[in-house]
Amino acid sequence: MTMIFGVPLAVFMGQLLLGLINGAFYALLSLGLAVIFGLLKIVNFAHGAMYMLGAFATLLGMRYLGVNYWAALLLAPLVVGLFGMLMERVLLRRIGHLDHLYGLLLTFGLALIFEGTLVNFFGVSGARYPTPEILQGGYQTGFMFLPKYRAWVLVAALGVCLFTWYMIERTRLGAYLRAGTENPALMQAFGVNVPLLITLTYGFGVALAAFAGVLAAPLYPVSPTMGSNLLIVVFAVVVIGGMGSILGAVVTGLAMGLIEGLTKVYYPEAANTVIFLVMILVLLLRPAGLFGKEA
Amino acid sequence: MTFIKKTLVSSIAIAATTVMAASAQAEISDGEVRIGYLADMSGTYRDLAGPGGLEALRMAVEDFGGSVNGAAIEIFSADDRNSADVGANTVREWYDTRNVDLVAGLVASSVVIAATRVIEENNGLGIVNGAAASSVTNEHCTLNHIHWAYDTYPLANGTARAIVDQGGDSWFMLTADYAFGHALEADVTKVVEENGGEVIGGVRHPFPTDDFSSFILQAQGSGAKILGLANAGADTVNAINTASQFGLVESGQQLAGLLVFLNDVYAMGLDATQGLLLTTGWYWNMDDEAREWSERYYERVGSMPTMVQAGIYSSTIHYLNTVEELGSDDPVAVRAAMAEKPVHDFFSRNGYIREDGRMVHDMYLARVKSPDQATHDWDLYDVLTTIPADEAFRPLSESQCKLIN
Repeated sequence: MTMIFGVPLAVFMGQLLLGLINGAFYALLSLGLAVIFGLLKIVNFAHGAMYMLGAFATLLGMRYLGVNYWAALLLAPLVVGLFGMLMERVLLRRIGHLDHLYGLLLTFGLALIFEGTLVNFFGVSGARYPTPEILQGGYQTGFMFLPKYRAWVLVAALGVCLFTWYMIERTRLGAYLRAGTENPALMQAFGVNVPLLITLTYGFGVALAAFAGVLAAPLYPVSPTMGSNLLIVVFAVVVIGGMGSILGAVVTGLAMGLIEGLTKVYYPEAANTVIFLVMILVLLLRPAGLFGKEA
Repeated sequence: MTFIKKTLVSSIAIAATTVMAASAQAEISDGEVRIGYLADMSGTYRDLAGPGGLEALRMAVEDFGGSVNGAAIEIFSADDRNSADVGANTVREWYDTRNVDLVAGLVASSVVIAATRVIEENNGLGIVNGAAASSVTNEHCTLNHIHWAYDTYPLANGTARAIVDQGGDSWFMLTADYAFGHALEADVTKVVEENGGEVIGGVRHPFPTDDFSSFILQAQGSGAKILGLANAGADTVNAINTASQFGLVESGQQLAGLLVFLNDVYAMGLDATQGLLLTTGWYWNMDDEAREWSERYYERVGSMPTMVQAGIYSSTIHYLNTVEELGSDDPVAVRAAMAEKPVHDFFSRNGYIREDGRMVHDMYLARVKSPDQATHDWDLYDVLTTIPADEAFRPLSESQCKLIN
């Protein structure tokens, strides 16, 4: 059997694939953060909570309204996105002119409130969301058993990442958006409603997190603390990729998933820390991040 | 000093101590019995003790009548947030400003080891229900606390032995990479090897871990018959869920949950957990007495009690009974008197408190039901066998407790 550093090739390939799937998750979440930071300069610490709300919307939708998984893929991001827009309108906008730190504190406080409220009602054990029937079971790929649902997560997450990148970097709407954040006064002079654009962008970033939440619901127990566990890693991914860089977030997300996957084979004890080691290295060597522009 | 003088001085000293002890014993301090409930009220361990445990404590006080020999019973509580610092400081403050008589709850093992040290310094009394580590009454034992519901020793002993007996003789260990996980792993390895089995591999995962897919894949590749989970709470839940997604059981391997609580099984659902063997200190549906109490609990809390929550009720009643009989809440006297009486109630069978502070009682080997066996939401376990009290826990002959010679 071919061995790679003492690990059979089949096991190695399996781990790479799993790493890629986790990476797709990181990519999706860090993409939302990067959009919000890159375009609105808000350090959105409520992003984890929005991911969690997406998963909860899916769970509660099924329990009380009979909304199935496929409908939830559309509805949960919509509902949570609208909620995010409300947050932006009512709260974030009022501190837009202040230092980033205020936005960070406000969103962090909101995240704690959402999390605490749900803990109060649902506890922390979490609830299980059934995998949709069509995606149950898996494929025997020769080197591993790949559950269908994980394959679907990879495809869906990468698809949405690509779509977002295209929207922002290649369409007229994306161009307005980028211009509007670069020079809002000028854009307004051209008759573009910049405040509305900002609200919509925040809503979209939040909806991406909620979408990731829907994808996560059948994989992990749906619990109020699921977002805060993930948020710090995702922030590290954004920092490595370069704050605000959209392509950077996606590529770094995937790469970190792979690195983490390999660490789990060779030195599992460090699996939770390896991303932060990479972050430190990147900050030392390229402070603006791998894809960031030097300020 | 002459002989007479010496005798005189020492008899005065003895007399004085006796008088002081007698006056301390003859009354309830501050005219109130004060119970402080310390637990994780909002984090990972919230559902196994948390607010439900506090409610069980309140039930015990209400059922007791709200007062002891005319002295009112006061309850207060705090969230230790699973931090040893926060826990120890809270307990210290309870002694400094509130003259707490009994510290109850006590969940995460790390918090408990720190908190019981403060209880010892203040010569108070603590009853530990939530913690798993058997070291609480082994190297960390004190004269000032009792460990009630369960610990890691019977968990490893009961579950691992039963599985090896059934032919599960090759193990792969999935271990949480911290003190508790290492201890459990060591206990299990010992039991497996003593019974003729073998641990052929393992992986230590960071605590906590969300994604177990990589570790499950490694376990599948190992060819072991049994995947032993030496972790707890959310980690166990995640590992079991992931194993079910990757078809671990279908491919002929079996899971052994070494610390699984009722709320974990409820959260995961029977589809993912069916067939899982586990050891528990108590199960709500195991007989009429247990059921009757649990139904009262359910009406107040909205979920069925875990062994920890039931243990909190049981230990509080035993404590209050003893205080009443003794007419005093002096911690050391109460502990000694508690140990003189057997503990036999809806929770504990054949129970008694040993010198090291371990309340030994019957433990149970259970199997999680399959979805078609369950008749309602909380119908989760089949109790297979009873592990007698004297066999379940670490024998005193192996103890490192300083109270045991």
